[in-house]
Amino acid sequence: MLDKAPKENLITLSNAGVRSGGRVLVEGIDLTIARGEIVTLIGPNGSGKSTTAKMVTGVLKPSMGTVNRRPDLTIGYVPQKLSIDWTLPLTVERLMTLTGRFSPAEIDAALEAVGATRLLKAAVQELSGGEFQRVLFARAMIRKPDLLVLDEPVQGVDFSGEVALYKLIRKIRDTTHAGILMISHDLHVVMAETDTVICLNGHVCCRGTPSVVKTSPEYLRLFGERSSALALYQHHHDHEHHDDGCVVGAEDGHEHVHHHHEHGEHTPVR
Amino acid sequence: MAMSTCITITSMGSTPLFGDFFSRALIAGLGLAAVTGPLGCFVVWRRMAYFGDTMAHSALLGVALSILLSVNVTLGVFAVAALVAGALLLLQRQNTLSTDALLGILSHSSLAVGLVIVGFLTQVRIDLMGFLFGDILAVSVEDIAIIYGGGTAILAILVLNWRPLLAATVSPELAEAEGLRPEVSRIILMVLMASVIAIAMKLVGVLLITSLLIIPAATARRLSATPEMMALVAAVLGGLSVVGGLFGSRTWDTASGPSIVVMALALFLVSLAVPTSRLFGRRERNGA
Repeated sequence: MLDKAPKENLITLSNAGVRSGGRVLVEGIDLTIARGEIVTLIGPNGSGKSTTAKMVTGVLKPSMGTVNRRPDLTIGYVPQKLSIDWTLPLTVERLMTLTGRFSPAEIDAALEAVGATRLLKAAVQELSGGEFQRVLFARAMIRKPDLLVLDEPVQGVDFSGEVALYKLIRKIRDTTHAGILMISHDLHVVMAETDTVICLNGHVCCRGTPSVVKTSPEYLRLFGERSSALALYQHHHDHEHHDDGCVVGAEDGHEHVHHHHEHGEHTPVR
Repeated sequence: MAMSTCITITSMGSTPLFGDFFSRALIAGLGLAAVTGPLGCFVVWRRMAYFGDTMAHSALLGVALSILLSVNVTLGVFAVAALVAGALLLLQRQNTLSTDALLGILSHSSLAVGLVIVGFLTQVRIDLMGFLFGDILAVSVEDIAIIYGGGTAILAILVLNWRPLLAATVSPELAEAEGLRPEVSRIILMVLMASVIAIAMKLVGVLLITSLLIIPAATARRLSATPEMMALVAAVLGGLSVVGGLFGSRTWDTASGPSIVVMALALFLVSLAVPTSRLFGRRERNGA
């Protein structure tokens, strides 16, 4: 991030942490999200990704450190999973105004931005995973958020849908200039779209550009077997070890875009 | 909708306004249905049916305690129902027994404790059947005032908080992240349910209150495309159940409260024949 020009910071967490019932859920989080920036949190279950995201949205107050949010920050939120019971009749149109009032023109524009105009009258229970996720993106975007928080945005979506959704996320970033905080359990697909990856395990284990994080021993240790394929791409680079064994990658880390041949596509965004 | 029905009925009575017991029952029942319809939708959406039942069962304990302490019965029932709801919330946080088991404990023990206390109240004669199954034909003008006053307040709170209540129902997490307070929504709904139970108990009794919340809402689901429409349809269906049930009970000399529930059930069964997918939620595939 140091190589970027000064930007409008939306939110800054400094040494922030949450304690609950005498247990530390997460601590020592330093994190800044600027306008137009995509920050991705990765880590195993229970590593504090959701807790960190909740500090960002303001749902949880930090019990350690500070959170500085730009005043009047509008947040759009795409939840990890949203199962809407059949008993609740909800069309896409109605879902769009769930947390605020918007005109039909605004609804149309938001749905068009995600390519879901034709779903306007559809019942949400009928949508496929990918369609529903698009609609949820549109719902979050209609608020014209300064900050978009995406919790595991591609869960339950097949691979081609996944690629399309990541394209969409980048498009949203490019057109709205919103800051984006993304939570993800996997690293490989998000890499190309993300400015900063923060790897959590109760604290920040490693951070940096996707390629830096991907090759850090700490990341490989956390993600174990599944990431061994990635290890093949590992390059030597400068890094320093912190007291806790975490690795901090060199800031000017290599920007290799690692293609995943089993997936095979990194088509540029239109 | 109440007026057209009551005009024809009141003409039979001796006094012009709310003259006979039958028209009073109709007016009271329609007023109640207008509230239980929309509120019942939330009960169905949030899967609170058993929860509502538990609160309703505690109403008898409320009655017994009110008589014991000589306080207003409606207020007493409201307070006990709200307390039981609060107790459940606290017990749920303990993460020990499942909600299901907790509800079973609260539901039946509050009913049993209520019945035991009623047994001790020898100085007052309590119409136990009236409290358990309701006595809608015995409603007074004062009861009607309570139903319409309380009902208007409940509906006003529902309408004013509709968006946050619905958002919290769809996803508490999402509502919270976007600046709403789902925990407050939950408390509002519980208070409203306690209120409805307090005003409905006399009409349909503690054992049948939840049926007026759940059955019309469940029936309305198949006939509605949006939450707002479902709330309205549920109110209308509840009204139809009241009218049909009361006329049925007069015709066949059946118990009035249960007759209303049977009518609601009949409407539900009829609604099962409606092919919802044909009516709503169709998408335009050809535009893709």
